[in-house]
Amino acid sequence: MITLLEPGLFTSVQDGGRTGYSHLGVPRAGAADLLSLSHANLLVGNTPHAAALEMTLAGPDLRFEADTVMALAGGSVEARLDGAPVAMYQSVAVRAGQILRCGTVQTGMRCYLAVAGGIRSAQVLGSASTDTLAGLGPAALQAGAQLPIQAAALQQGFYLRSPPVFTDSVAMRVILGPHQDHFTPQALQIFLAAAFRVRADSDRSGLRLGGPSVARQIDDELDSQGMLTGAVQVPADGQPIVLLPNHGATGGYPVIAAVISADVPYLGQLRPGTRVRFHTVTRAQALDALAAEQQKWRVALTSADPGLLEARALMMLAKAHPALRAAQLQRGPVRVRMRRGP
Amino acid sequence: MNIRFWGDSALLVEVQDFRAARQLREMLLALAFTGIRELVPGYRSLLIEADPLTVDLAELARRLPQLTQQSMLLPAPRQQEIEVIYDGEDLEAVARATGLAVQEVIRRHAAAHYTVAFLGFAPGFPYLVGLDTTLRVPRLKTPRTRVPAGSVAIAGEFTGIYPQATPGGWRLLGHTDTCLFNPAQAPPALLAPGDRVRFRVRA
Repeated sequence: MITLLEPGLFTSVQDGGRTGYSHLGVPRAGAADLLSLSHANLLVGNTPHAAALEMTLAGPDLRFEADTVMALAGGSVEARLDGAPVAMYQSVAVRAGQILRCGTVQTGMRCYLAVAGGIRSAQVLGSASTDTLAGLGPAALQAGAQLPIQAAALQQGFYLRSPPVFTDSVAMRVILGPHQDHFTPQALQIFLAAAFRVRADSDRSGLRLGGPSVARQIDDELDSQGMLTGAVQVPADGQPIVLLPNHGATGGYPVIAAVISADVPYLGQLRPGTRVRFHTVTRAQALDALAAEQQKWRVALTSADPGLLEARALMMLAKAHPALRAAQLQRGPVRVRMRRGP
Repeated sequence: MNIRFWGDSALLVEVQDFRAARQLREMLLALAFTGIRELVPGYRSLLIEADPLTVDLAELARRLPQLTQQSMLLPAPRQQEIEVIYDGEDLEAVARATGLAVQEVIRRHAAAHYTVAFLGFAPGFPYLVGLDTTLRVPRLKTPRTRVPAGSVAIAGEFTGIYPQATPGGWRLLGHTDTCLFNPAQAPPALLAPGDRVRFRVRA
């Protein structure tokens, strides 16, 4: 069991979402960043899309009620376990009674906390995902929430080499269409030349972008039709919306471009204020990029014994925590101390 | 049939009508392609989403026209009857816009034979075609922030039923107490594309 002490800004249970129901109008939902969800899960020995906690900008405080193994992946946090800094992107053994304070998400938008065995929440239509748009699954988590987990111990752990880095200026690769004929040639040029900003009214259903108007030459909406995560829709006001996994199953705004599959997970890490540019690639390039991305993460997952994981944690903490002044790790007779200058 | 490539992982197949979309969907389900993730029917389209590293979408796009040449027997449509209480907030406004009496709006809406074209917008929300052409009114300029669950509404050539309370811009004619979506049931949606629907007036 995990007990939530402070919920953070918007913390929910997420997994791979509800697949196979979009013809009934059910949104896929699931993790906004499926890659980071997969990373967190694989680091604790789970299947990639097992249920985990998705935290948004401000993470929760929580208490583990059983010994288990956890991992953090995605947007960077300066989490502390009983006050000691915790490294991201590796397995971490935790004991019953320990308190994890996740703190704020420093880069990126969302961080994922996975525990060995996954979170055993009730499923609705095959998924534990919180879908606030359709009102399916549990509500976002409140203080006092209790999440059932399976007890586990750390024999062999994992870490991820060269984890993703999330920045506040990104270039997303797209393929134009399927409705590029709804836009003027100038609008297509503007779309590919401009820098847009992620607006604060974005949510898990879509990134609302602000920037120059992308004018449509056909004013009518489309017949309602199926929609996909990564679709860049343009409503009549010319301000694009990039769909995230909690988008409606169907929609009626023309889609000027689709973000390629290799880049779609990173959309879930764009926080308000992030600068976004789009550039086109061919379908062949998109497929090469997807295959390369999958191969990269397959080989980056590395098994390690607890000693190696502790050493890695220290190195990572020294590099990644600008606010960290001192850390101490102890295993048996070996003690490692780290201190940074002022 | 017009096929549009959608990003690297989907095809948007534009077809003549919702029947053709349903036909194509049933055909692809029967062929049980591996790597197909979702088949989402729209009003005049079918969105085919696939794992692009498993499914050669260009090849699939080439084969689709010949797949639709074959005829396929669809299951007989189900008949559904839904009881409606015509007490909607927009009855008067629809009567004014159409030049009909309120009672006549109700009579024409309840007399029609409807077919579920597709589901979308929200879980279990049916887009029904068959609306009396005199009842075609545009949706509200400013949508309501909350339409009550069960609301029976019209917009353009469609009538629909809101399964849950959501924001919405359709004109409300009445409501039903029938549950349209229950995730604990299989299937979770009361209506499916192709179903025939009649409304029965409850006083």
